[in-house]
Amino acid sequence: MVNELVDFTLVSVALLGIGIYGLAVKRNFIRMLFAVEIIINAANLNLVAFGRFIPESGGQTLALFSIAIAAAEVAVGLSLIIVAYRMYQNVDIADFRSLRG
Amino acid sequence: MADPVFVMLAVVTVGSAIAALELRSLVYGSIALMGTLGGIAGFFLLLDSTFVALFQLAVYVGSIAVLILFTVMLVKRELIFKKIEDNRRKFAGIALMLVTMIAIGAVFLDSGIKEMTTDEPPVDFREIGSDFVTYYWPALILMGLILAGSVTGALVLARREDIEENGQRTS
Repeated sequence: MVNELVDFTLVSVALLGIGIYGLAVKRNFIRMLFAVEIIINAANLNLVAFGRFIPESGGQTLALFSIAIAAAEVAVGLSLIIVAYRMYQNVDIADFRSLRG
Repeated sequence: MADPVFVMLAVVTVGSAIAALELRSLVYGSIALMGTLGGIAGFFLLLDSTFVALFQLAVYVGSIAVLILFTVMLVKRELIFKKIEDNRRKFAGIALMLVTMIAIGAVFLDSGIKEMTTDEPPVDFREIGSDFVTYYWPALILMGLILAGSVTGALVLARREDIEENGQRTS
């Protein structure tokens, strides 16, 4: 293989950093969901990369599970966005005050 | 060293990830997110994991990205274009991002995986299939139940009729 394992891990680290930045800075619910998606994809990339270089089928199997669970998470997250938008007419998480304890 | 295809894919993936978070319009942002997800599928192809790459294309680019796009279109027009963030928080976020990247990147560069290459043939996708139905079968069934449950829950949540527009629940 031409590429080394460390190249893939560095791309994954970059995506993780961008995702953390999005989670920390953005107050828009939908953009925070984007950031979570980016982080999950960085994790999947690591799983498949290490599974290729060991080599072991477990990495790809786990990545498939992870993709499927992420699909479920996005479905629930988007329906939460729709419910919150109908309640508050906004997607700013600072406005969702009744969630405060 | 990395080949040009890898470098191009990395630029597209990371660039569209930044664009997904930073573009003013949420619609263009979700299209940029599609680019990131497709780029990750390209990395899977480079890693000889064709099955996972196609799964990623079908699930992420095919369904999740389209679902996000439709949800964005359900939100009011001015909210799509309004960016809500303050500058101090933004700089703190950039600092946090750089610290995370440099710390984890330094750990990776310092560790033994830097010299790690492989000449072995890639894993056959038939092996993944037999993994799924032998060793991982309870997890597969559990995953099916979780998916069914969460999609049903999402439908129930989104179709609730007892939420009023002004923020108060009736009944």
